[in-house]
Amino acid sequence: MRTFGRGFVLARALSSAEQGARRVELFPAIFSIFYQFGDAFAFLVISCAGLAVIFGMMGIINLAHGEFIMCGAYVTAASARAGLPLPLAIACGAVAAGVVGMALERAVIRHLYHRPLDSIIATWGVSLIATQGVLIMLGPTMQGIGTPLGSTLVGERSYSVYRIVLFASAVGLLVGLYVLFYRTRFGVIARATIQRPAMARALGVDTRRVYGLTFGLGAGLAGLAGGLYAPTMTMVPTMGATFIVESFVTVVVGGADIFLGAAPAAAILAVIRAALTAWYGQLFGQIGLLVAVIVVIRVMPGGLSAFLKRWQR
Amino acid sequence: MKTYSKRHVLAAMLAGTCIAGLPALAQDGPIKIGVLEDQSGDFAAATNVKVHAIQLATQEINDAGGIAGRPIELVIYDTQSDNRRYQEFMRRVLQQDQVDVVFAGFSSASREAYRPIVNQFDGLAFYNNQYEGGVCDANMIVTGAVPEQQFSTLIPWMMEEYGSNVYTLAADYNFGQISAEWVRQIVEEQGGTMVGEEFIPLGVSQFSQTIQNIQESDADFVVTLLVGAAQASYYEQANSANVGLPMASSVNVGQGYEHKRFTPPSLANMFVTTNYIEEIDSPASNDFVERFRAMFPDEPYINQEAANSYIGINLYKQLVERAGSTDHDAIRAVIAEGDVCFDGPSGNVCLDPQSQHMSHTIYLAKVEEDHSITFPTVWENIEPYWLGDAGCDLTQNDPSAQYTPSSPPPAQ
Repeated sequence: MRTFGRGFVLARALSSAEQGARRVELFPAIFSIFYQFGDAFAFLVISCAGLAVIFGMMGIINLAHGEFIMCGAYVTAASARAGLPLPLAIACGAVAAGVVGMALERAVIRHLYHRPLDSIIATWGVSLIATQGVLIMLGPTMQGIGTPLGSTLVGERSYSVYRIVLFASAVGLLVGLYVLFYRTRFGVIARATIQRPAMARALGVDTRRVYGLTFGLGAGLAGLAGGLYAPTMTMVPTMGATFIVESFVTVVVGGADIFLGAAPAAAILAVIRAALTAWYGQLFGQIGLLVAVIVVIRVMPGGLSAFLKRWQR
Repeated sequence: MKTYSKRHVLAAMLAGTCIAGLPALAQDGPIKIGVLEDQSGDFAAATNVKVHAIQLATQEINDAGGIAGRPIELVIYDTQSDNRRYQEFMRRVLQQDQVDVVFAGFSSASREAYRPIVNQFDGLAFYNNQYEGGVCDANMIVTGAVPEQQFSTLIPWMMEEYGSNVYTLAADYNFGQISAEWVRQIVEEQGGTMVGEEFIPLGVSQFSQTIQNIQESDADFVVTLLVGAAQASYYEQANSANVGLPMASSVNVGQGYEHKRFTPPSLANMFVTTNYIEEIDSPASNDFVERFRAMFPDEPYINQEAANSYIGINLYKQLVERAGSTDHDAIRAVIAEGDVCFDGPSGNVCLDPQSQHMSHTIYLAKVEEDHSITFPTVWENIEPYWLGDAGCDLTQNDPSAQYTPSSPPPAQ
């Protein structure tokens, strides 16, 4: 049996002989750990951003979050297949989900702002209709578009370049949202509307429009998540469901604020998940994630952001 | 309570007619077949086609005069890839709709969810899926392929071709666990080494760490027993990380047609043992594909479960016509004769009386770089021998149990 792994063993012996020094082998090991952490972090941040905006800014628990992701992924795949370059196709996916989100806000969500429980039921209903509707109209699967950029060799292992792009996108997404909410006029008005709606109205802000735009932004971010992950996944009507657990866990652990909550929560959960998955496998990665939520909501009911804000003062 | 007593009266009346020796076929009502398949949810991509295959067989049989002159009436429910729906609808078809036979189930979890109900009401169910094997139950007829047909062929072939270090990636439920046990046992018998084994919860779609574990092992090939749409994301991700190892499977391609859904070459060098896929180029297969597409022009793929469902309906027709009734004991008496065969899309197949499983010709399908399919080898007429050899004999007794290599039937 030893004879068979020969090529691999030989390659390994050669490469270590060439590199010789231990210092050189340290970099691939660190890179591998960072890659796994970055991959988990990117998935958590990208999948929860839309949910965090809608929950954090508006207090709406959007159970149709997964379906906005699916919408973004489907539009991305369709436009990429129609010949659009992938970045543009992803933008199309995000915009389409955002437009659908704004329409939904006007038709349904707007009437439920002071009825949080009803909004849960309504968005859940929307998600069922969307999943089944897509199944009936577009069939049980859609052909994928393939992951671009290929792989790169670090040390003796090869890594998917697109996954590194995803990590960069997650960081870019956080920076972009920070700039949007803290450095633009829309951000100031949106935060004012969320904190003191009556006062904002008195100062002439069209709060209904701001709510609509914010919901559209959240839906668009979900669409962006779908677009970014579309090249790496199976395209089926239920694909949004695979994002749901991770995104809700991140938002619950993080609490209402994206920057003080969701981002650090994603970092902590990514460490837990990557470490447990590396040592014990996928099942324990998932268990670790869920145990973390239980511990966090027991110890800090407001999530990380409430805890950090109190600590700041 | 009322429905129960009605059922009893009905059962007594039926028994009465049987005792009186009146041929049950004299009734001119239709033969009712319950169909419980996942038409939505995680498994829908692979199972919608089973319903269509059943509809095709039904239409062909009805056009030709039905089963012994009685038309088939299908009672179809969407089980939504949800085990609870299977239990709900299995009770419903057996108690309320009073079907004569049920065609049900994709995942092994769903089969084990409904099987006790079939036993409770002494129904008859066809399970038309490949699976991890070992169900010894007189109320079940299994037309799908089992490990002695899919793994005892595939694993030794792969080890000879690519090397003896094996990494198994399996879905974390009864199908994946028991199939992985089979793989482990065959690898050991053949003198190979399991260099890794990882079980993935259903619904997981991100595989970066798993891919790295595989790259770190000295695996010569990977056995992928991944199930459902979410887990199928593995191939795309493994390809983009350039894992580059051959893959072996009993479920891919033949079930979820991943080679049609993903961009080449993410499934290149995948080897699958299957008893039917639409690429099989034989007159019977081509004829089947033509009739199928005539009725369902938009069918994305005709997989092995479609062929097995189609065969199942035709086998049931033969059983009822030979038994002269839809009575289960009469049907099983026909099976016990040991010559219930059907010449279908996948060639000639026969029911084994001891296990009520089916013999199959097993094709080794290889996915090429451009995702076309070639068949490096074919194993003709492999019997489902393991249950019978292990001591399951449904002509003698009915344990209604599932056995595995590590928990075989108790010695007689």
